[in-house]
Amino acid sequence: MTRAIPGTLLFDGRMAIKGYALNKMCYSFNDAENRKRFQADEEAYCRKYGLNEEQLAAIRARNVLALLAAGGNVYYLAKFAGIFGLDVQDLGAQQTGMSKDAFKAKLRSYAPSGEK
Amino acid sequence: MARIAGGISTSHIPAIGGAIAKGLQQDAYWKPFFEAFPPVRSWLKEVRPDVAIIVYNDHGLNFFLDKLPTFAIGAAPSYGSSDEGWGIPTIPPVRGAPELSWAIIEGVVAEEFDVTTCQEMLIDHAATVPLQLLWPEGNPPVAIVPVAVNTVQHPLPSPKRCLALGRAIHRAVAAYPVDLNVVVISTGGLSHQLDGQRAGFINPEFDRLCLDALVADPERLTGYSVADIVELSGTQGVEILNWIVARGILGAQVRERHRTYHIPISNTAAAVQVLQPEGLKNS
Repeated sequence: MTRAIPGTLLFDGRMAIKGYALNKMCYSFNDAENRKRFQADEEAYCRKYGLNEEQLAAIRARNVLALLAAGGNVYYLAKFAGIFGLDVQDLGAQQTGMSKDAFKAKLRSYAPSGEK
Repeated sequence: MARIAGGISTSHIPAIGGAIAKGLQQDAYWKPFFEAFPPVRSWLKEVRPDVAIIVYNDHGLNFFLDKLPTFAIGAAPSYGSSDEGWGIPTIPPVRGAPELSWAIIEGVVAEEFDVTTCQEMLIDHAATVPLQLLWPEGNPPVAIVPVAVNTVQHPLPSPKRCLALGRAIHRAVAAYPVDLNVVVISTGGLSHQLDGQRAGFINPEFDRLCLDALVADPERLTGYSVADIVELSGTQGVEILNWIVARGILGAQVRERHRTYHIPISNTAAAVQVLQPEGLKNS
């Protein structure tokens, strides 16, 4: 995967290697018990999954772009965001540096003119 | 013999499941999407399917990155769901059709598609939301055959390979010596991107091209690489691969019975399309 697409990072084998521990932790959040364990002691839970410093810092900061750069895959990260009740407009707003309302307005702006 | 009665393709945005749970179908934001479904349900009542083949992508519920198949076919007696980490409503287990599943598996492997087979499999919102949209009263009156396509970890299968897989499934179903009505449900898309600085990207022109090509000229979509589709349709716009597999399952010629296209639902250009094989009567 060598093609550069602006603002886009393809989750390929290289990223899958880099993000394995982080994604494995986020996959565990499919189970409500694990979400509770994470919330009870985030640092210990992250250590159990062997997150590296970059991943730990990104988890602490709840920073989506940093989580992606650390190898996170958006489908697994969504389970992490879900713990805090964040939806995909919250994630989009954070990544684009917009307010949530501005991000939603941007989405609406794609509607073909004249659409009912 | 089994008969392919038609295909329904729909977006599978998880927030739709939340809107159903909260009864927001008439809400101004949601109405343009939900109002696509009464005619689709009327069509389903005419067709009276016994089985639905559901072509979708798992979002990290059944498959993790430890073992991630490019194409997986369910062969389970039933399929459960889960809240997926963010409290999405679950549905009761859905009945499988293991004998048809194995006939499809045998057919496609004989045509050199080396699929993964699953006798235990959880289905996520990409399968449960469409079932809720099509049968809102619950208990879908169909058995299902899930077909999961990897859209999570690149490299993904090419549009060309997806169309060819669909055509192989078509031949396996057409050769299945049991009198069954089969519908194809494919889910996901259309253009959207959840991740990266380009989050929120939507491309109505490319979506229209895809919807038109799926009716009359699916080969046109095989001219695109996966990277082309990411660029034109967003990182999650690649879910069009599910629709391309489904188009292959429907056979050579189809006509369009229904189309809805609406922006936005959540971060997505939402679409619903019903295609029916030519030559089938359905008054």
